[in-house]
Amino acid sequence: MAGRTLDILMIEDEPNIAEAVNFILMREGWQVGVHGDGAGGIEAIRAARPRLVILDMMLPNRSGAEILADLRADPDAAVAGIPVLMLTARGHTGEEAARADAVLAKPFANDDLRDMVRRMLN
Amino acid sequence: MSQRSANHILTGTRIRERRLSLARRQADVARAAGISPAYLNLIEHNRRPVGEDLVARLAEVLEMPADELAEGREEARLAVLREAAARLAEGDAEPGPVVAQATEFLARFPGWAGLLITLFRRADTLERQLVALSDRMRQDPYLLTTLHQILSAATSIRSTASILSEERAVPPDWLDRFHANLDQDSQRLSVTAQALVAYLDSFETEGAIITPEEEVEAWMAAGARPVEESDDLVSDAALALAADHLLRMAEERRALPDATLASAAARERDPMRLAARLDRQPDLVMRRLAALRPAGFETAGLLVCDGSGALILRRSTPGFPLPRPGDTCPLWPLYQALAMPQTALSHLVETPEGRRFRTLSYATRSQPDGTDGPVLSRAQMLILPPDAGMAETPATKIGPACRICPRPDCPARREPSILAMG
Repeated sequence: MAGRTLDILMIEDEPNIAEAVNFILMREGWQVGVHGDGAGGIEAIRAARPRLVILDMMLPNRSGAEILADLRADPDAAVAGIPVLMLTARGHTGEEAARADAVLAKPFANDDLRDMVRRMLN
Repeated sequence: MSQRSANHILTGTRIRERRLSLARRQADVARAAGISPAYLNLIEHNRRPVGEDLVARLAEVLEMPADELAEGREEARLAVLREAAARLAEGDAEPGPVVAQATEFLARFPGWAGLLITLFRRADTLERQLVALSDRMRQDPYLLTTLHQILSAATSIRSTASILSEERAVPPDWLDRFHANLDQDSQRLSVTAQALVAYLDSFETEGAIITPEEEVEAWMAAGARPVEESDDLVSDAALALAADHLLRMAEERRALPDATLASAAARERDPMRLAARLDRQPDLVMRRLAALRPAGFETAGLLVCDGSGALILRRSTPGFPLPRPGDTCPLWPLYQALAMPQTALSHLVETPEGRRFRTLSYATRSQPDGTDGPVLSRAQMLILPPDAGMAETPATKIGPACRICPRPDCPARREPSILAMG
């Protein structure tokens, strides 16, 4: 899944959403990896050390908010500081998503996703 | 409203007003009048009739002439008007002057007063329904799951459709995948949207906004305060259930005091060993653990069913799939325990959302009417977080109830689910 040159790691349990997002971002020239479950999410981030994490809020086994908390508490400062774009199905930027660097509500326009990722990576 | 019930309304209200004016506790007054506090509470909330003998006894206890408790419809209407004035003025003007004018208002404008009373009662009913529905919308896990599925399908369709319409030179293999995804997601959206409509329709067919069992469940979740102080208990049935529950809880607390249980639970996590060390019945220890929730058992939930499988106590725990009262999942270990009384059954269970719980189920049998009487069975299931290291342990896959369970291949399924499956 993840290699050392990964730009973006997406943690999303809906395979069709992951596939569409992967295609959109890949066309921009970014290397994208996908992890499809909340369980093992933080381990996948630590292993891949991507430049950006796209994190779904509602994941099975471990929620996006819990993974984000794990990430921010990581003893490795380089991991803890990885920027996170939170995808939320609830369309709000409440307390749970407050520690994310950006939030995008589902359903989103592909152009909005591209612009947001571009800003966060640059 | 009959004259009889109108009289009851005023009687209860007057008894309560008089007791409060004397700053006397409900339990003290009830004891002095020879009735239970729960029954007095029902009377004070105008939920039980009160006969002449009891009126006389209460009047004596409350140090007032008995005939002052006998009043007519006008007084009942006045009581409602005063309550309306006090409630509707909340956070606004001081209600005192308006309350004082209630008698004059009723005398001069009886028609308008009647309309105001009708409107106030209607608003009160709607307010309760609104609160119940609002809670349900925010907390119902099946509604949230279904909405999440709809939003996920819509997200996938929107992104995929945009790719197909806006992106140039999409490779053929990707085109095939996206077309297949669109087909799959549109079907999923259609099925899930129908499921949502069916589920929302079921709110109406289920009749009441909230059942007595749900009222009691909410009351317990709020800390099981004295019934007269609870806003969660509305129906007569719920008040009676809660009063009975409090009596049982008090008996069980006497049999196993808080301090004794908390001290023992700090040293022993296994409920069966705990029961042996305390020399108490396991079912008592399990119920007390769920009620007290001492250190180490902070999130303990408890389900209790009778021999028919009907749940008679539901103390929820976060993440465990409790449906509305009615049908439940036949795979809950609770029901296996019914067939194996006096035997503790430990299980690891997994919900459709992937959450795991450790359960301990234990059933008892009794013959309260003697050897020739019926055998009564009762089972209970303590719901606890899984032990560390159980992440890979195979778990029994349970659900809430077939109708709202998304597991398509469950061998115990007895009716189709209204949720999208697969």
